[in-house]
Amino acid sequence: MAEAAIRLEQAGYRRSAVVEWLTTVDHKKIGLLYYWTSIIYLLLAGLLALLMRIQLAQPDMHFLGPKTYNEIMTMHGTMMIFAVAMPLNAAFFNIVVPLMIGARDVAFPRLNAFSYWSFLFGSLLLWSSFLFGHAPDAGWTGYANLSSSRLYSAGPGLDFWNLGLQVLGISSIAGALNFFVTIVNMRAPGMTLMRMPVYVWMVLITAILILLAFPSLTVGLFVIMFDRYFDTLFLNPVHGGDPVIWQHLFWIFGHPEVYILVLPPMGIISEILPTFSRKPLFGAPFVIFAGIAIAFLSFFVWAHHMFTVGLGPVPNALFAASTMLIGIPTGVKVFNWLATMWGGSIDFKAPMKFASAAVWLLMIGGVTGVMHATVPLDYQQHDSYFIVAHFHYVIFGVIVMALLGATYYWFPKMYGRLLDERLGSLHFWLTFLGMNLTFFPMHFVGLDGMPRRYFTYSAETGWGTWNMVITVGAFVLGLAQVVLLLNVLKTMRRPADAPADPWDGRTLEWTIPSPPPAYNFAVIPTVRGSDAFWLEKYGDGHHDAAATDISERRKPATFHQDNPGHGLPAGVHLPKPSWWPMIVSAGLTAMAAGMVMHGTETLGSLGFPVVGLGALVVFFGLLGWHFEPAIEHEEAHVS
Amino acid sequence: MCCGEGTGRVKKTRAIRLRRSWVSVISLIGLASSTSGCGVIGGKIASTSDPAGDQARHIWDLFVVPVWWLSVAVFLLVTVWMLLNIVLFRRKPGDTRIPAQVHGNPRLEIAWTLIPAIILALIAIPSTRLVFQLNRDPGPGSNALRVQVIGHQWWWEFRYPEFGIVTAGDLHLVVDRPVVLSITSQDVIHSFWPPRLAGKVDAIPGRENTLVFTPEETGVFYGQCAELCGAQHAHMQFRVVVHSQQEFDAWVDKHRRPAPDPAPGTLAATGKQLFEGAAGCAGCHSMNPTYDPSTPINKILAVGPNLAYFSERQTVAAFLPNTPENLHRWIAETEAVKPYSIMAEKWWKIRAQQNQLLTPEEVDAIVAYLRSQ
Repeated sequence: MAEAAIRLEQAGYRRSAVVEWLTTVDHKKIGLLYYWTSIIYLLLAGLLALLMRIQLAQPDMHFLGPKTYNEIMTMHGTMMIFAVAMPLNAAFFNIVVPLMIGARDVAFPRLNAFSYWSFLFGSLLLWSSFLFGHAPDAGWTGYANLSSSRLYSAGPGLDFWNLGLQVLGISSIAGALNFFVTIVNMRAPGMTLMRMPVYVWMVLITAILILLAFPSLTVGLFVIMFDRYFDTLFLNPVHGGDPVIWQHLFWIFGHPEVYILVLPPMGIISEILPTFSRKPLFGAPFVIFAGIAIAFLSFFVWAHHMFTVGLGPVPNALFAASTMLIGIPTGVKVFNWLATMWGGSIDFKAPMKFASAAVWLLMIGGVTGVMHATVPLDYQQHDSYFIVAHFHYVIFGVIVMALLGATYYWFPKMYGRLLDERLGSLHFWLTFLGMNLTFFPMHFVGLDGMPRRYFTYSAETGWGTWNMVITVGAFVLGLAQVVLLLNVLKTMRRPADAPADPWDGRTLEWTIPSPPPAYNFAVIPTVRGSDAFWLEKYGDGHHDAAATDISERRKPATFHQDNPGHGLPAGVHLPKPSWWPMIVSAGLTAMAAGMVMHGTETLGSLGFPVVGLGALVVFFGLLGWHFEPAIEHEEAHVS
Repeated sequence: MCCGEGTGRVKKTRAIRLRRSWVSVISLIGLASSTSGCGVIGGKIASTSDPAGDQARHIWDLFVVPVWWLSVAVFLLVTVWMLLNIVLFRRKPGDTRIPAQVHGNPRLEIAWTLIPAIILALIAIPSTRLVFQLNRDPGPGSNALRVQVIGHQWWWEFRYPEFGIVTAGDLHLVVDRPVVLSITSQDVIHSFWPPRLAGKVDAIPGRENTLVFTPEETGVFYGQCAELCGAQHAHMQFRVVVHSQQEFDAWVDKHRRPAPDPAPGTLAATGKQLFEGAAGCAGCHSMNPTYDPSTPINKILAVGPNLAYFSERQTVAAFLPNTPENLHRWIAETEAVKPYSIMAEKWWKIRAQQNQLLTPEEVDAIVAYLRSQ
């Protein structure tokens, strides 16, 4: 079928909209696929959180049983990290990075599609565990030997988790390679590294982090898989193995993962604040080097997740010190952002509301982070709701808030429309209120000794009052996201009339129409400095300080283009749509699904045949991929 | 055994308590002013802010000074600056001014690289000092009590190698006498956490971890598992019963031999017969409070908690108050009370399948027996 479609293609037939999206290698379309998939997952995993909040609203509730609760808790965490925060970041990598660096696409467009399809299929494999009644239930951290021994986690739940994450990991590594090469090689002429937008810098650092950190997770997952499937004893203490090995492997990945999630949102904040303050980012090189420092240090802090494991005072003290060091570049960023706003002319449109709130929320999450870097305090706070409060301030307060801000900021580049400002404001205030109402009281119940991952608690603990507040807050937070959906529905009914540069932006994506044509730039711009577009519009502020009025200063930008023409400008070669990325992803996921089947009693005998079938699909898929010409030479379909 | 030493210790403790009072005054003002009045935290059975042991107290003091106060300072600095930004520099309608394009200020940036560094150093120094002080084994010369703690899905076992005594669910300690807990697990990773007495330490199968603290008040303290260990992780509590030295000595004496058998002909005697016979309880639960301390810890495998002297236990099923009603319900409806537990899976469910569930009268008899012990 795939081959037939490709023959049709070559014969010059128009593709249907469905085929268009299934075979697209256009970074903007792939970005939208990433975006909507992860937004749907955000809502689903958010619903899981609401189920947990109902169960915990009062002591001794019987809304969810213990096993169901653990499954929901595990899926909430796993999905929010791997299928929401990471791909939502990837969505904006795709939508924005090539536009910001003046490129026509990413370096490997088909690999890009492969990343998306692997993410989709891998996450569907994980979600499907609910359909089979065996969702993973060992927490998103999947601590051994609870997760590695079928004695303690019978059924295929942990196998779904293990193999689903492997597929998602392959997707992330492929995506990271792609963006690393894209950013290094495909910048517009004149865009030196230090002229690169800070967001692109953060994406570059993130790509390197993913490439270095994910292999550790891959190895760890293989260790668990071998213990579960082939009776190896890596993590089995009865026979001299050690379950703590998994914790090391996991956190050597897991702590850089935190920065993989948070550095791109820090980049987003670094783009939004200057645009809406009409000022350049204060100390941009400092912010960039702070990002590099955070990334570097993130590999030397993993054991701060393991202070109670009993590594001894010397490792604990050393890892506490390295963890506190990370507080320094993080503090630098916060101060630089505040200084960016200082003295500016700040327009608090929706993106700015989200971005400046994220700065403040990062301060709270950062302060509590230093608290558990203080080892003795961590002896009390570890695995309590205090930790839950801390990481939700970082993951929701910074990452999700910044990504919601990014949605408002770059929606014109996604759909050629501006989201409604009043609904945006409502969305922001409900989200801000709901998130603080949900996550701040978690500090209190944490200090009052409530451990995380408890499916219930008794009335005598006295945790009931704050838990009720938390539950109310969670529902406000959930409701707030409905406003976003309403806003999108309302906006999409209006004509696509957003101007190319609605925010008076500073970077190259605002030089091209909203939404951009398939080829992005008819003429590749030449960059003369950082904040390239602002420089062309207003000149260098240092030499022209007398004229302070926007209308006086503004010059027609030299590379501002508005090419409405059909077809491609001469000399532009667009990558050719392809079925192969999806086919290879499907084969890969079939291999993972086969392994899951192999672990079950009923379908066990089908397991290896399905793995073999998947492997064949991957093999022939890669052959097809290899022999397919990558560039569409004549009469491209531009839409 | 250690009365001479005890008096000196009391004095020292009093000095510590005096120092503690000003710390707690500051903490009260601080927490009250910043978290909208009292009652926000504290006063609960697991509150880390109400320490009753030296480790918990050291940790809470470190939390208040300097960590909490420095945090408040950072919070105020960032919040005030952000509010000033919002108030002073909000764009007025029709404002087309281009503000001065300031690209940075190296001096300022170096300053606010140093400020967090100094704040962190202020925290790191007392923190590091305390890390090396906590959980240090005082050595064989001290009067420290030594107890082995073994985590099980989902209950805690306590062994006193010094006395050859084993119990479950309740850890008995002596006030103002340090205890060295040697913590491990028999199945998956758990974490031993008595919040008002000390921080948590993981119970890891194949490893032994040490938790050292000194209870400073007598009474019954709440404890729980803090590491996800399966379905009933939330129902893996324990209690720490802190005695005076005399009370503890009496407790040890009592536990050196099994409780006397119930008088023949009583309901409890029927219960004992059932317990040891038809009901199958004795297959997993020992009623003998002693064990041979020379056996290596990983060679003693317990399926169910030791039930000797059950009447003095604080909890049933590691989370319910020990009342006859709860005990009755636990035996009669195990699956409903604590599903996925070994007793539910391997005893209640199998008997239910074979239609051999105990009658209410039989359960009553077993309850009477356990209450008589």
